[in-house]
Amino acid sequence: MLTAESLTKEYRSGDRTLAVLKDVSFTIDQGAFVAIVGPSGSGKTTLLGLLAGLDEASRGRVVLDGADLSKLDEDQRARLRGEKVGFVFQSFQLIPTLTAQENVQVPLELRGDKGADERARELLARVGLKDRGHHFPTQLSGGEQQRVAIARAFSNDPRILFADEPTGNLDSDTGSRIVELLEQLNRESGSTVVLVTHDLALAARTQRVIRLADGAVIEDRLTA
Amino acid sequence: MNQLLSLAWRESRTARRRLLLYMSAILFGVAALVAIDSFAENLTRGVHEQARALLGGDVSLRSREKFQPKPTALLDSLNSSGIPVSRQVSFSSMALVPRTSGTRLVQVRAVSAGYPWYGTVETKPASAYADIQGDRRAVVDPAVLVSLDAHIGDTLSLGTGRFLITGTIESVPGDAGISAAIGPRVFIPEKYLDETGLLVFGSRAEYEALIKLPATLSPARFAGRFNPRLSSDRVRLRTVTENEMDMTQAITQMRDFLGVVGLVALLLGGIGVASGVHAFVMRKIDVVAILRCVGATSRQVLTIYVLQAIAMGLIGAGVGAMLGVAIQLSLPRVLKDFLPVDIDVRVVPSAVLTGLAIGIWVSLAFALRPLLALRLVSPLQALRRENDAEVMRRARRDPASLIVSLGIAASVLILGLSRADNAQRGFAYSGGIAVALGVLWLTAAFLTWAARRVVRPSWPFVLRQGLAALHRPGNQTRSVILALGFGVFLMSTLYQVQKNLLKQFDIKLEQSQANAVFLDVQEKQAPGVDSLLRGLPGVQVTQQVPIIPMRIYSINGVLVSTMLAGRARERGLAPSAPDSGAELPQRGKPGAQSGRRSPWALRREFRSTYRDTPVGSEVVTSGKFWTASDSGGVAQISVEKDLASELGVVVGDSMTWDIQGVRVPTRITSTREVNWARFEPNFFVVFQTRALAHAPKQFVFLANIPGARAVALAQRAVVQKFPNVSSLDLTSVQQTVKSVLGKVTVAVRFMAILSLTLGIPVLFSAVSATRRARLREGVLLKVLGATRRHIGRILLSEYVLLGALGALAGVGLSIGGAWALMHWVFDTPFTPALVPAAVVAVAMMTLSAVIGLLTSREVFASTPMEALRES
Ligand SMILES: Nc1ncnc2c1ncn2[C@@H]1O[C@H](COP(=O)(O)OP(=O)(O)OP(=O)(O)O)[C@@H](O)[C@H]1O
Ligand SMILES: [Mg+2]
Repeated sequence: MLTAESLTKEYRSGDRTLAVLKDVSFTIDQGAFVAIVGPSGSGKTTLLGLLAGLDEASRGRVVLDGADLSKLDEDQRARLRGEKVGFVFQSFQLIPTLTAQENVQVPLELRGDKGADERARELLARVGLKDRGHHFPTQLSGGEQQRVAIARAFSNDPRILFADEPTGNLDSDTGSRIVELLEQLNRESGSTVVLVTHDLALAARTQRVIRLADGAVIEDRLTA
Repeated sequence: MNQLLSLAWRESRTARRRLLLYMSAILFGVAALVAIDSFAENLTRGVHEQARALLGGDVSLRSREKFQPKPTALLDSLNSSGIPVSRQVSFSSMALVPRTSGTRLVQVRAVSAGYPWYGTVETKPASAYADIQGDRRAVVDPAVLVSLDAHIGDTLSLGTGRFLITGTIESVPGDAGISAAIGPRVFIPEKYLDETGLLVFGSRAEYEALIKLPATLSPARFAGRFNPRLSSDRVRLRTVTENEMDMTQAITQMRDFLGVVGLVALLLGGIGVASGVHAFVMRKIDVVAILRCVGATSRQVLTIYVLQAIAMGLIGAGVGAMLGVAIQLSLPRVLKDFLPVDIDVRVVPSAVLTGLAIGIWVSLAFALRPLLALRLVSPLQALRRENDAEVMRRARRDPASLIVSLGIAASVLILGLSRADNAQRGFAYSGGIAVALGVLWLTAAFLTWAARRVVRPSWPFVLRQGLAALHRPGNQTRSVILALGFGVFLMSTLYQVQKNLLKQFDIKLEQSQANAVFLDVQEKQAPGVDSLLRGLPGVQVTQQVPIIPMRIYSINGVLVSTMLAGRARERGLAPSAPDSGAELPQRGKPGAQSGRRSPWALRREFRSTYRDTPVGSEVVTSGKFWTASDSGGVAQISVEKDLASELGVVVGDSMTWDIQGVRVPTRITSTREVNWARFEPNFFVVFQTRALAHAPKQFVFLANIPGARAVALAQRAVVQKFPNVSSLDLTSVQQTVKSVLGKVTVAVRFMAILSLTLGIPVLFSAVSATRRARLREGVLLKVLGATRRHIGRILLSEYVLLGALGALAGVGLSIGGAWALMHWVFDTPFTPALVPAAVVAVAMMTLSAVIGLLTSREVFASTPMEALRES
């Protein structure tokens, strides 16, 4: 379960305050596959950051799997992320000095889990990169890199996975395959997936679409 | 051009501070060069302006014995022809104040009226020095009063002479401040010297005559006229110009040596600049791509950034030059005890300009290499961003950057050559720099290699992550190791040398069982001194060593005078012989010069001894030492091995000695290596007992006396009965040595701190080169669940490793360097001092960790949100 209650985010520049998110509230059930859509600058990335505890809200609160993020400090939120949250970025964000396999292991190792390499191999196989584990990010194509990033996002068996325009840097075919992968993992592991996208066709494949405009939720509907 | 300038200015808006930080890496190198050059210049000027005061006259004649009839006649004739001559006799002796019964070994200077002709001996009260000529008066160093518990108005006994203390010495021209601590001085009038009865058989004294020439007669002409006549009479003639030239040469050598250190510091700064600018260039790739898109040519692009680099280099070098001036202003304070001249510090424009020019050149040359890469950025980059590392890789194959690298190497060589007085030394300097940098560079290369290889998956994640940072593309490993390693190298070398020199003095006292030495005991006084000492409670006489002064008469049948005459004909003029002390406690060691027989060794007076067994401080290196039962044939001698090579003699050669006019033929049957460092009477030449038993001699007594008070009592008892016998309390000698070394330590510490501060900006610049990559990675790790602690540990393991290896390489280098210095310059054995090395290493490791964490503090502060925004 992920709940946002009257989330507001304001930026102050000089004596003027700019409200980027205004009173956003919703609840996402465990295991749901949700898309957040909206025009550029509408506050999607900002919202995602707040939901994942990467940033602090000006007002309102986020409850992630029973934990009130506003009551946790930065390191506690980091630990919570390590345990329950996965991330996929538009620009992949793999660590360039580590191999694909090592990148997938990172969240597990930060938690101090044993058998990290075993699990990483398994995940790479699931995203179809069984034999590419020893390659460095620069040796992989964009689509492959994003698959490594997805494997990494699922490595800690997250309760919830956030993806900020994961297909933005990819062609539509590859993008569509990435979303399939997300769907599949969502089905198999029961993780909640929150997907931010511009692509309405991709959004249509999810169960629910939350539409933002100008920092406010203007539509929240279940797809058929 | 004007537009480019203003574009360069505007474009630098966001980067000025960063560029300035990179350029500050050259700051200390420039400061060091400016300080060293200005100081040397001021010192040279000081020597030049005070040249006459340094010598005391226009020409000085010195001899280790009373002037022979010929020079005496010459001096008399000068005096009667209106050219004034003043004299000084200096020697060490015991001083006694009857009122307090205090005794102390002092440096007696018996001077005649007018000595010195130039410069003034400053005393308190001011007239005291001139007034001593009026009666039996003395002026003394304040230290004499303190240790004798005396005050002005007391009577001072020197031998059998009595002098009224009328003043204290403030400064003596030509003496460094520290000479008062080494041997406190007592000035007395020369005409009452005989009343002391101190100059007896075997006494070591130096006789000097100072000549004041009329303005019409140049010292050089005077020397040209009289030198040939005097050279055979064991008189050393020096003109004011020669004296000045010698000192100037010493200053130049010191400046060149220190200058090389400054130069290396500057080059190190250059490396800091290069790595900083490299990071700067990586950030500018986007900007350049856009500039190219809107129509800038690659030449214009380069010009913009070179202009920025020049401007910042100018500021860096300028601040460095100012700092250098400030340092040189503070140097006289640190060094004043070691300098024989008063220096009036001035800003030396030529040194400042040279420093500025070299600084700008180095910063530009080193910045140019990475900047050249910007030429290769294609406008396409604006559309499709390539990997940064890819751009830099292409830049590495750029022929222009190869040319710049060659230019850098060439300018290092040129700078090295310009610092040395001959090409050979210049190449050696450049080679030394290359070796030091090469070793550090190899260490860094090894570390990068090892970081990739040794990592095991079983190691903790943070450690592996820290190690990974060491070989990431565009890593900082090389520049940090170079900066750190060099800082450690300088500091640790200083401490190694200092410790080793210090330790030498410790050994001297530890190994000798005696704590008091009695010198100049005449043959007929020996039984008396012996029974007096043995009569005192607890006193043990541990050694009684005979000393016989002598000269070489012939070697293998060839007379010394013949050899010297041949030499003089070859060279035109006989060179003045270098100073050589008596064998105890100082040592004058011949400079290695094999093959031919060195004139000074042939001409000098030897103070030899006789015995029939070798002692603990010597090892026979060739031949065989005789035994007491060897009684047949020519008398045998054993020669110290360096002297043997200096004289060009080997075992089996025959030597005839002139001992007070008696010829004693001998044969060399062994050579020895002598450990001069031990505080024991050591000798260049040892004779078989039967050869010298009847020669006129004097003795040195070594005694072990329990308790400081007992030593003082014994010294007093001996001097009261035998006024000419000098004595040393080795414990207080040790204290003197300590206080002198204390001053050395302060100077060393000053230099060490200087070399530490030298490394810091370079380190900062090197570390900040990879700041951006670390920042990105840190933020990303935070998103993935890393706490600040994780990140802290990753950074720590990276920097501790860097620091450890840099420090290790630096310490290794410093041990090599210190060994070389001890071996070739100080000529003493070397044992590595591990404790100071470890302290320096740990300090540098800490420094590197602190700087690493400091430059990464944004990683801790920034929110993980930035990772999303980067998308
Ligand atoms: N640090 C900040 N200071 C001021 N304004 C900010 C800051 N960060 C974001 N904003 C503003 O907040 C608004 C929402 O930004 P956000 O990145 O969330 O939009 P987005 O919906 O993700 O857009 P896009 O689809 O282009 O990624 C924007 O108008 C942006 O200018
Ligand atoms: Mg966005």
